[in-house]
Amino acid sequence: MSLKTSRRSVLGKIGATLVGLMAAPVARTAKAAVQKVLVTTGAAKGYDPTKHKWVMAIDANRCIGCGLCAEACKKENHVPEGPYFRTWIERYVITRPAPGSGAPRGETLVDCPEGGMHGFPPPSVPKDQIQHSFFVPKLCNLCHRSPCTQVCPVGATFDAPDGAVLIDPKYCIGCGFCIQACPYGCRFLNPITKTAEKCTLCYHRITRGLKPACVEVCPTQARVFGDLKNPAPDDPIKQFYQNNLVQALKPHLGTEPRLFYAGIDKEVR
Amino acid sequence: MTNTVTNVVLELMPHFEGYVYPNEATQQPLWSVLIVLYPYITGLVAGAFIMASLVRVFNVKALEPVYRLSMLTAFAFLLCAPLPLLFHLGHPERCFEVMMTPHLTSPMAIFGFIYAWYLMAVLLLELWFDYRRDFVQWSETTPGFKGILYRLFTVGVTDTSEPAVNLDHRIGHILSIVGIPSAFLLHGYVGFIFGSVKANPWWGNSLMPIIFIMSAMVSGIALCVFNYMVLTWIRRKKVDMKCLDVMCMFLFYALVMDFAIEALDWVHRIYSAEEGFQVMQYMAREKLFYTLSLGQVTGGTLVPLLLLGILQLIRKRVPELGRRRMYFTSAVLILLGVLAMRWNVVIGGQLFSKSLRGIMSYKMEFAGLEGWYMGAVLFILPFIILTVFIKLFLSEKLSSQRTSGQG
Repeated sequence: MSLKTSRRSVLGKIGATLVGLMAAPVARTAKAAVQKVLVTTGAAKGYDPTKHKWVMAIDANRCIGCGLCAEACKKENHVPEGPYFRTWIERYVITRPAPGSGAPRGETLVDCPEGGMHGFPPPSVPKDQIQHSFFVPKLCNLCHRSPCTQVCPVGATFDAPDGAVLIDPKYCIGCGFCIQACPYGCRFLNPITKTAEKCTLCYHRITRGLKPACVEVCPTQARVFGDLKNPAPDDPIKQFYQNNLVQALKPHLGTEPRLFYAGIDKEVR
Repeated sequence: MTNTVTNVVLELMPHFEGYVYPNEATQQPLWSVLIVLYPYITGLVAGAFIMASLVRVFNVKALEPVYRLSMLTAFAFLLCAPLPLLFHLGHPERCFEVMMTPHLTSPMAIFGFIYAWYLMAVLLLELWFDYRRDFVQWSETTPGFKGILYRLFTVGVTDTSEPAVNLDHRIGHILSIVGIPSAFLLHGYVGFIFGSVKANPWWGNSLMPIIFIMSAMVSGIALCVFNYMVLTWIRRKKVDMKCLDVMCMFLFYALVMDFAIEALDWVHRIYSAEEGFQVMQYMAREKLFYTLSLGQVTGGTLVPLLLLGILQLIRKRVPELGRRRMYFTSAVLILLGVLAMRWNVVIGGQLFSKSLRGIMSYKMEFAGLEGWYMGAVLFILPFIILTVFIKLFLSEKLSSQRTSGQG
């Protein structure tokens, strides 16, 4: 076998590498451009999805379970009445263990009346029996390896270059496969349009420089939203990552959620 | 008045135990009875085709009397296989997008192609090559509309010389060989649709495609036994006992393998006891007791295993009538058992919350798109089509050129 390295072959390899490196962003831009033309989204005119990387984070320590976010989401996105939610709030109540039981903690009780839209009634267990109680806002987990987009038979749902996971309602055939594939229960079949629906991070708002409705109305800033590509100097999302140890939901499934939580318990899933 | 109305609403509201995600708290599961029928019918197609291949490819001469019946059964059921899926879509008018712009990472996207391949390239062609000589003959001897129909089916190829007929047989044989992996692909793929959903511990399982293939073979052969016995009964003919014995021997061995693989699946689940095992245990004991423990395991597997197993051992000592009754009972029980298995997979997988903290319940509606009525119509439809096919292509009045051991 000849091990000779000629100048021509080295130059050829360097050239090929350069072409490859240049082709990658061109291909990516072309893909984004095609997506922009063909796909129905609520984006503003002239919005370039390749220049942003949107993300949300939840500081559960701050959530008071008022339900304004869930209500605002329903109104903003015209989500139908009934068991259909793009975002909701769960209440976790972990009771004290029975004396002498040898268990570190008692039962975990979870509830979410009407998606938490109208707040929560007093918990079903007396106060002195509660060890921990906290609220967890839920929404699309913005998975890096999203199983929902993987299984769509027509590609109607897709990972936008800016980090949002969107659905083209004019293309969705309403098979429900994505709803089955989402481990977090974040999708539903809209009974009116008969297409799948989910949190878009209020795409029609964020592409116009506004915050998602749920973030806008949150009185305690439990929901943190930002653009990882263009962080403002005092961007709350940067501070969130700086100040908190975070956790993602169901990490064992390998979906790699980009939605991080601070201050939640192992019982949350 | 308000109280009465509230009570009615409360009764209509779905019933849950524990905590379920709010989007899961719907009246009925997202995939209900239509999606139960879809893998059931597809499985019957694959099984009936494998049954026919035993004659063509493996040259099991005893099964010759049921070859054409099995092929026609597979064809009639294949025509109906996509209907439940289509009716279930939110936008059936967009169904062609699955083939026009398939998203290749989706297990569902390939369905259109596998279906078209199986229908056009395997079943239809094999049937045509098998029937061509008969079509030519029938078109000459049958008067009226039927004769014209047979002439149309020949597509103008009326050469019945020996080399032409031999070529038909050769091509039919090749198609049958191609058909076996295609049948496995068709149904294994249906299993993969469920097996690929890692979000659902009831479904996400690498054994799922194999379980689906095995149960498809079992149900398909059982359907052929059922159809053959019913057809001979309607025609007041004598059942070919040798054929029936061999058919049920294959049914028994397929059932043994199916049982072994499904048992392996459960042993693995119980031993590894991964996340969600408690919910699954509860489901098997409570929610799915009738369809799983009684329907699928006892009625659909153990009893037929016992009946068919006994007949494998002491076949000669059991009189013909007794054997026929035992075979027929086994076939019907297996058909119901596999239907129960599809129900347990599809509905069972949606009766617990993905939060693994709660259980939903499901009461099937009567009318409606996803109700008993629609389910019954879609299940009876292939039998109606099969009756037409039998009238046209398996009529007693028509003499057939097909002889044993062709191809």
